[in-house]
Amino acid sequence: MVEQIVFYVFAAIAILSGVYVVASQNLVRSVFMFFVTLLSVAGLYIFALADFVALTQIVIYVGGVLVMLLFVFMLSSKDSLDNIINLKKEALSANRIPATIITIALLAIISYAILLVDFEQLDWIKSNKLLIDKAQTSNVHNIGVNIMGRFLLPFELISILLMMTLVGAAHLARKEPTND
Amino acid sequence: MISLQHFLFIAAILFCLGIYAVITRKNAIQVLIGIELMINASILNLVAFARYDVVNNNGQLFALFVIVLAAASVAVGLVIILNFFKRVKTIDPNKANSLRG
Repeated sequence: MVEQIVFYVFAAIAILSGVYVVASQNLVRSVFMFFVTLLSVAGLYIFALADFVALTQIVIYVGGVLVMLLFVFMLSSKDSLDNIINLKKEALSANRIPATIITIALLAIISYAILLVDFEQLDWIKSNKLLIDKAQTSNVHNIGVNIMGRFLLPFELISILLMMTLVGAAHLARKEPTND
Repeated sequence: MISLQHFLFIAAILFCLGIYAVITRKNAIQVLIGIELMINASILNLVAFARYDVVNNNGQLFALFVIVLAAASVAVGLVIILNFFKRVKTIDPNKANSLRG
């Protein structure tokens, strides 16, 4: 019962702050509200028994990506920070009505697809539910063994990709534009 | 134990919010935030299904890889936004109408 209540609280925080991020006219507030969305989504990961993914989400997203977002935000849109109150309503967003229609239609399609399937009766979920009780409570050990075993090649590839991205990003950032 | 449908509905709502941000926003950083919201929704889906995969944990491993790829893409995207700002003095993606300079 307590689990359900905390889950719904996290879900409500995630969705409401997501709506604020999307609908807010204030750039700074929407970037900072994105912190709240990411943290509450990390809370939802814990309810799906993915504690390691939740920690990674907090460390990488909240610690890395959002700091980078804020950094670029300060560098690029200083003008909009200065006269943030003078901005008109239309200055920040466009195509409201078509976007609302597309969004609601997509949400309806996805919801219909979700409601169509009875997940509790699927074979692989039934057979795996029996295993859940026997499994250990923390799966960090299992993730480590799998990353160093079956997923070793993707793991090494992704490290090379990260290296390439960092070098490329640094190279692109320091290059001066040749012609204006 | 929370049923799978709850997770999927929350992920669907977050995904639609991300699409709304990508369509409506006139600020490249907020478009990027919308893309991050969509990536988070997909990670939530992966993680929710991975709860029933206790032996292999494939879903959680894929979620970890997706998080790393999202971080890499954000780094490159932000650098592109910075370069765009250097050239055009704005970060409105609608103003990006030329490929060179």
